[in-house]
Amino acid sequence: MSNDGVDNGRRRFLLWSTSAVGAVGAVGIAVPFVKSWSPSARAQAAGAPVEVDVSKLKPGQAIKTEWRGKPIFVIRRSAADVSNLEKIGSLLKDPESSNPAQQPTYVDKVKRSIKDDVMVVVGICTHLGCVPQQKEQVEPAIGGGFFCPCHGSKFDLAGRVLAGVPASDNLEVPPYTYLSDSVILIGVDKGAA
Amino acid sequence: MTRTQQLIGWIDDRFPLTKVWNEHLAEYYAPKNFNFWYFFGSLALLVLVNQLLTGIWLTMHYNPSAEGAYESVEYIMRDVPYGWLLRYMHSTGASAFFIVVYLHMFRGMIYGSYRKPRELVWLFGMVIFVLLMAEAFMGYLLPWGNMSYWGAQVIINLFSAVPVYGDELVTWIRGDFLISGATLNRFFALHVVALPIALLLMVFLHIVALHAVGSNNPDGVEIKKLKDDKGIPLDGIPFHPYYTVKDIVGVAGFLFFFCMIIFFFPDGGGFFLEPPNFTPANNLKTPEHIAPVWYFTPFYSVLRAVPDKDLGVVAMGLSLVILFFLPWLDRSPVKSIRYKGPIFKLALALFVISFFILGYLGMKAPTPGRTVMAQITTAYYFFFFFPFLPFYHKFDKTKPVPERVTD
Ligand code: HEM
Ligand code: FES
Repeated sequence: MSNDGVDNGRRRFLLWSTSAVGAVGAVGIAVPFVKSWSPSARAQAAGAPVEVDVSKLKPGQAIKTEWRGKPIFVIRRSAADVSNLEKIGSLLKDPESSNPAQQPTYVDKVKRSIKDDVMVVVGICTHLGCVPQQKEQVEPAIGGGFFCPCHGSKFDLAGRVLAGVPASDNLEVPPYTYLSDSVILIGVDKGAA
Repeated sequence: MTRTQQLIGWIDDRFPLTKVWNEHLAEYYAPKNFNFWYFFGSLALLVLVNQLLTGIWLTMHYNPSAEGAYESVEYIMRDVPYGWLLRYMHSTGASAFFIVVYLHMFRGMIYGSYRKPRELVWLFGMVIFVLLMAEAFMGYLLPWGNMSYWGAQVIINLFSAVPVYGDELVTWIRGDFLISGATLNRFFALHVVALPIALLLMVFLHIVALHAVGSNNPDGVEIKKLKDDKGIPLDGIPFHPYYTVKDIVGVAGFLFFFCMIIFFFPDGGGFFLEPPNFTPANNLKTPEHIAPVWYFTPFYSVLRAVPDKDLGVVAMGLSLVILFFLPWLDRSPVKSIRYKGPIFKLALALFVISFFILGYLGMKAPTPGRTVMAQITTAYYFFFFFPFLPFYHKFDKTKPVPERVTD
């Protein structure tokens, strides 16, 4: 084939412009495929707040409930447990709750609760999502807390992660509020109910 | 001309039947010194066919929904005629697949089969390996047992280590805020349709690449260097009938063990089907002791060995990715272990031991002592690939490689 009289500039322009249009089209057609994987409207709507009555909860006891399909632990801490929380900071990765994603602003930074004696956490390990078990003693120096069976992460009684374990963040504290002295509503921010 | 010849002639005028047959079987010259280790490529093909067939048949009875999945698997086991056999062939087949593929890869490591000019054979193989892991992982969610559920939870959460978008990415993969029917259904689609198609394509490319360069062999010498006057390698024999028949022996041996497991130890003593998976998925309760199926445990141990979430995920990813670079990491002047020196042999033996220890530890609950052990073996795993592989040839004494293959 002879190339006489071929307008190369025009050829190149057509090549690039058709490629560009094709690329835009390819990205466009990918959108519905990618987006269809996001949670559906039905999945988004699930997750009504849940009420927990803590009046009969004795120190050391726990109530386990479910919010948005996740386990929630509500635990009554003794005064000794609470005062211990202040002392063990040096054994923890984030003793003062510096990661704002892990708890609402209205909980105490150290005790990670609205009231000192009742703690509320999401029972999902921040490592890779197993459900940690409550233990009377996770480590001698720490006292009570949580142990995750999957890869051995440990948390104290405020859900703060211990140093030297795979998890890097404290357990999440969900939004919650007190409806009365002894009834907690989980899933709604303090004062919003 | 006989009728058959006429028919073949008719086809050959329209489709390269005889040409393909000759190029890939009757006139495909493979080294004459193949040994035991060369069974596993054809066995991998056999297991692949087994997985496809039994998988298609299981799909006919399985119900891919959070409400029905667990029950439909029980139904297959109890009520569907021969359903138990189809299921055991499929679940044991998955473990067999990994045994075969691990041995197949190890063959590549001892004979230097990944080295020039077979880098692409190795890379296609590695893509197959990753696809196979994805396939096995997604298949494991389908029975919707409690181990399925929490295993998937842990593995999907690995993606939360991605900076900034991690949590959104995890939600996107699950299609929900927790693992639910949405996750199950998409895994089902990937497991039965998308990944098998990708696997078949990659196996095709793997073999096309292999047949373009020709097989390596236990001596690591290139048989194409010395040819007779017809252009046939002096050390080559036609794949068909020599190796087709030899492979049948491998198939028979394999089927003996395979059937023994299916009929006498279908759960492989908890290795192939884990006990907690005999209770249905429960989103509020993690099994007492959770461990992946054995073929993932070496990599899983690497994850657990690192006391930091993001770094652990990176280390685990690297332990897999580094295998892709094997063809360029090994710089020894000889390919086969037969002509490598004692340093390499020792290092490789330690590597195999480390890999087994990692695999063992990954099945056990973590204790401080085991974590230290996992850290040592993880460190050695990486040390083997770098800096050992690129540099050992400076210290190791190789033996002279013969011109022709030995017997
Ligand atoms: C579905 C899985 C696979 C199938 C069906 C498959 C199939 C085969 C077959 C039929 C051969 C030729 C026979 C033999 O040399 O044994 C072969 C060779 C080879 N495969 Fe695979 N393979 C698979 C996975 C892998 C993986 C995961 C790797 C490594 C990452 C790999 C690396 C190689 C290499 C390096 C060779 C050339 C060996 C030599 O010439 O010495 N393969 N494969
Ligand atoms: S999921 Fe809890 S330690 Fe890994």
